[in-house]
Amino acid sequence: MKYFLGIDVGALSTNAVILDVRREIVGYSIVQTGANSTEAAEETLEKALVMANIDRAKITSTVATGYGRISVPFAEKKVTEISCHALGAYYLYPDTGTVIDIGGQDSKVIRVGDGGKVLDFTMNDKCAAGTGRFLEVMAAKLRVSLDELGDLSLQASQEVQISSVCTVFAESEVVSLVAQNHPTEEIIRGLHRSIVNRIWSMVKMLGIRGAVTMSGGVAKNRGVVSLLEERLEQPIHVHTEPQIVGALGAALLALRLAQTAT
Amino acid sequence: MYLIKNLQYHFMKDLGLPALMRFSQRTKKRRPKKLDTCFGPPLTSTGRLKEIMTRHYLLSRYAEGARPVAWVTSGAPVELLRAFEFYTFYPENHGALCGAQKVGSELCEVAEGKGYSQDLCSYARIDLGVCFSGRTPVGKLPKPDLLFASNNICQTVVYWYKVLAYHWKVPLILFDTPYNFKDIADSDISYMVGQLEEMIPVLEEVSGKEFNYQRFQDVIRLAKEASLTWGEVLATMKARPAPMTIFDAFGHLAPIVSLRGLPVALNYYRVLLNELNDRVKKGIGAITDERKRLMWDNIAIWYKVRDLSNRFAERGMNFVAATYTNAWAETISYLDINHPFESLAKAYSLVILNNNLNHRFELMERLVKEYGVDGLVIHSARSCKPYSVGQYDIKRLLMDRLGVPSVVIEADIADSRVFSEEQTRTRLEAFFEAMEA
Repeated sequence: MKYFLGIDVGALSTNAVILDVRREIVGYSIVQTGANSTEAAEETLEKALVMANIDRAKITSTVATGYGRISVPFAEKKVTEISCHALGAYYLYPDTGTVIDIGGQDSKVIRVGDGGKVLDFTMNDKCAAGTGRFLEVMAAKLRVSLDELGDLSLQASQEVQISSVCTVFAESEVVSLVAQNHPTEEIIRGLHRSIVNRIWSMVKMLGIRGAVTMSGGVAKNRGVVSLLEERLEQPIHVHTEPQIVGALGAALLALRLAQTAT
Repeated sequence: MYLIKNLQYHFMKDLGLPALMRFSQRTKKRRPKKLDTCFGPPLTSTGRLKEIMTRHYLLSRYAEGARPVAWVTSGAPVELLRAFEFYTFYPENHGALCGAQKVGSELCEVAEGKGYSQDLCSYARIDLGVCFSGRTPVGKLPKPDLLFASNNICQTVVYWYKVLAYHWKVPLILFDTPYNFKDIADSDISYMVGQLEEMIPVLEEVSGKEFNYQRFQDVIRLAKEASLTWGEVLATMKARPAPMTIFDAFGHLAPIVSLRGLPVALNYYRVLLNELNDRVKKGIGAITDERKRLMWDNIAIWYKVRDLSNRFAERGMNFVAATYTNAWAETISYLDINHPFESLAKAYSLVILNNNLNHRFELMERLVKEYGVDGLVIHSARSCKPYSVGQYDIKRLLMDRLGVPSVVIEADIADSRVFSEEQTRTRLEAFFEAMEA
């Protein structure tokens, strides 16, 4: 049996997906990237191999993606996360016309065509506004974990307006909101609103086509997803493991690579 | 005194500098050229271009006292000044040169140190940085006797040139062009003609020369012909493979920008056009394997021209059109020697940056069709707001109406500090993947 590996080395997490020849996911893993992306790639691969219960030698081909794609020495090919997220999202939800990926370092909106082909895309400009890093910084400031953010924001009955989109300035805004005794949930909801507004303008630049699929770590945050659904006035597909969508697309490309080679 | 300076100027222009440049060419060690397999043979006209532009900048040292000197914006109707034999200096062209030589950011820092915002155009910051520090890669800039600006390209030039006027203590002439929302009205034309006529006594006083209508008509004719020839130069890129790339054209643009209305510009474009036509006849392409044809939007990223040129050529992608290079072929051809003032008003108020977005989209649609463009690279330039606004609308329209994919690069024309290598790489690679899929 042959297996195909996709590795996505992102700014925050490094993810792997292993597919078999029937294009079924047999193993995946999500680890923190940390300071050494080559080591993170090795670690995530080992974990995915354990889950798939296969030997490393069974991997026929590997495609790497994400910002650290160049530091995966064993990948035959390196492809950008834009192509991979489009392909992964299309595989999970074939009605996908628009992908919103909010990752650690950047966020992007991709218009997807037949077969998961990228038709058009736009990314955040050189600024952390509207990215996972924004939420990470704010969660640390509010002393809550990233995973708690979503539920907390859904508990809020009101929200506080965050006026600055700049991560550094928004951080000091949060400090003063905390000092004014605003409830944490309301501040979090305000922060989520700020991200959603930033993403919304990117979606508007490209225009929505078909169903919307969200990928990347921030898609796990139910608070952000529900505010975004409200703003887009349509439901959003979110996979149970939205962080692996890029690695999944890379694995699909690895499979395609092996097929065209033979 | 004037006579001596004038003789010296003419001697250096026609004999001294050409001889000096030939000598320095001969003594310069020739580095062996790196063999780039993705490019066709280099254009031989480029040597002539370098000569012309080097002589122009060197001549500025002899211009003071011999000629009235004017600093001019790229979109100003310089033809009127040529009738008074001004030596003209283009801060924007000089800013591009500083950008290309990678000294733009440090000159920007000089201006920033004096309190000018980082959000200000980098051409303006570089120019002010040069004025404050006296540093420039061309050695020395000629002191202006007059400043001449037109707000047809942006509003920044108005305030930038006011600072120059304050710094150099010289008069500033501003040519105000009403924005073209839909159609240009007769009242707009007469408003602009009135301004041009009012400039004449000021120009006579600064230059010490009387206005000569016939000389003015000559300049108009030369500018128009040079612009038409530049248009023909660009049109050779309709051929497959295109005989030149837009990255070459960014360089060959210099004479039509800064020597427009002088015989040297027209003569140069005739030489270049001959060479390009010859290449088309022989099927010689600028890149050896032209598989995709692209269009560029906005001013060049001057410090990255060579780098970007290589990155695209490696993948068989050639830039065959640009709204930027097209700007000097588009409206200057409206000039009419029988109606010089009216036609100047029309030509300079209808430039791309003073015209509505619908016009820009239609222009791009036409270029896409005429040049067989497969994709578009959009430079969102932090410096140039009038050029960068509306780009996302155009991106969406081109995709929806023509199915042409595009990518936006966030960068700047001459300040390399705002260029992010990693983010640009990802955007470009994703664009390549989409183009090749």
